[in-house]
Amino acid sequence: MKYKKKVLEDVIQGVFLILGMITVGFVLLITVYLILSGIPAIGEIGIGNFILGEKWASTASEPFYGILPFMLTSVYGTAGAIMLGVPIGFLTALYLAKFAPVKVKTSVEFVVALLAGVPSVVYGFVGMMVLVPAIRKLFNIPDGAVLFTAIIVLAVMILPTIIKVSITSLEAVPKEYEDASFALGATPVETYCRVSVPAARSGIAAAIVLGVGRAIGEAMAVMMVAGNVANMPHLFGSVRFLTTAIASEMSYSSGLQRQALFSIALVLFLFIMLINAALNFFLKRNKEA
Amino acid sequence: MRMKKITACAVAAICAVTMLAGCGQSESGTVSTDGSTSMEKVIGSLMETFQADNEGITVTYNPTGSGSGITAVAEGRCDIGLASRNLKDEEKEQGLVETVLAYDGIAIIVNPQNPVSGLSIEQIAQVYTGQITNWQDVGGNNEEIVLIGREAGSGTRDGFESITETEEQCMYRQELTSTGDVIATVGQNPAAIGYASLASINESVKTLDVDGVSPSEDTIKDGSYKVQRDFVLVTMEDTALSDEAQKFFDYITSEDANEVIQSAGAVPAN
Repeated sequence: MKYKKKVLEDVIQGVFLILGMITVGFVLLITVYLILSGIPAIGEIGIGNFILGEKWASTASEPFYGILPFMLTSVYGTAGAIMLGVPIGFLTALYLAKFAPVKVKTSVEFVVALLAGVPSVVYGFVGMMVLVPAIRKLFNIPDGAVLFTAIIVLAVMILPTIIKVSITSLEAVPKEYEDASFALGATPVETYCRVSVPAARSGIAAAIVLGVGRAIGEAMAVMMVAGNVANMPHLFGSVRFLTTAIASEMSYSSGLQRQALFSIALVLFLFIMLINAALNFFLKRNKEA
Repeated sequence: MRMKKITACAVAAICAVTMLAGCGQSESGTVSTDGSTSMEKVIGSLMETFQADNEGITVTYNPTGSGSGITAVAEGRCDIGLASRNLKDEEKEQGLVETVLAYDGIAIIVNPQNPVSGLSIEQIAQVYTGQITNWQDVGGNNEEIVLIGREAGSGTRDGFESITETEEQCMYRQELTSTGDVIATVGQNPAAIGYASLASINESVKTLDVDGVSPSEDTIKDGSYKVQRDFVLVTMEDTALSDEAQKFFDYITSEDANEVIQSAGAVPAN
């Protein structure tokens, strides 16, 4: 009887192990595939020409494969989205976690969850039909499909992530901290801003990093609002992101062009690995704190 | 508890059976087409009439752009590729063959608010290469011209740039990935100019006369409207089509299909 139980234990453990391995296997597969298919083109183009080249003309008779415009666009776009999205998202979270009445909190949280569920193509579509013309009129520029529009769309898209993670970390602040602050005569605003926020700072940092990850990996929505021309980035100029560079050319590419797209994917993958490493760092510090 | 388990098993079994049944049905005939977004209306109408006459055969269409369609045929991912340009020599070397289905005008489109009603081919080329940057210079309002184009793999872009001789010189402000996106964008921006398949044009944009000729079936047929290209079907030379795909291919290239092609806004070739 005991023996039978042991076998059953082992079998079930084995099943879980295999299931766990499937995920690891996929990550490995993608990593190896990206590296194998991304490296050759970088070798052929030359790493300097590839990373620092300012011109991308993959289908020209004399092709250029410089991805500096895409990298800078992705970095600027993400940074801009963070600059707009983090203050709004963080302050919303602070209000919801500490100040808001229960009814307001549950209804706003419901709306935020809804916002997180909107497919990115819908963000893109609304951006294209509403935001692009609005930006054109507002800034009196010839065309509204510019980096700035993409930044706004991205900022809205990262809001749910930032709000949710910030709320969780603010609510995890031990109540004793706040009680102690109140006991010393601090007002609620003083307590929450000076005690709760610093105590939750690593969680908030994690929220920002997750927002960066969401923004840098977004393709569909920015493809529809950023104009897609491989220019060096300009706030009011048409730009192409790393993701959209891959998405808009992959289907018809061939030869070195396709390989170069894999190299872009590899660069994007490295960016995201860096972001994950940063996230792990913050989360670890969170645990220790 | 036991009852619940049995019910769950039964539900799972039913699901599995239905899925299999679904597979079985689609096996009775699918024809997959892939490619040009300009051909959406033409191929869509042809699919409809074909499927109405041939029950059990499903035709699918994947609007990905001409370049993608050609690549898809070469890689065996679809039965018939759709391209709104002729094959290049290096593509023919891969064993691909083209069959012209229809002729289509590339309409030069502007916003309906734009007072300009026509341009010459030379003017279009100058506009797209950035030598003319204000509508004033071609008789319009004092507004900077916003150049809307397509992605590099597009058959429409290939046709437009080769006819206007502006290959690799166009200073696009937006490179969009489908015919519909171009029309939507031009329809929104009073200073925009774009190009799109005549078959797909709707009332949200205005077509320009080119060299004084307005695009229509007659002017495309007699060649007086210059900006036109072929709609072609792409297949592999050595690979025989499935029976269903061959049937569809034969139908759309026959005279019976002419009326449908015409009503979809293109000029039949066969």
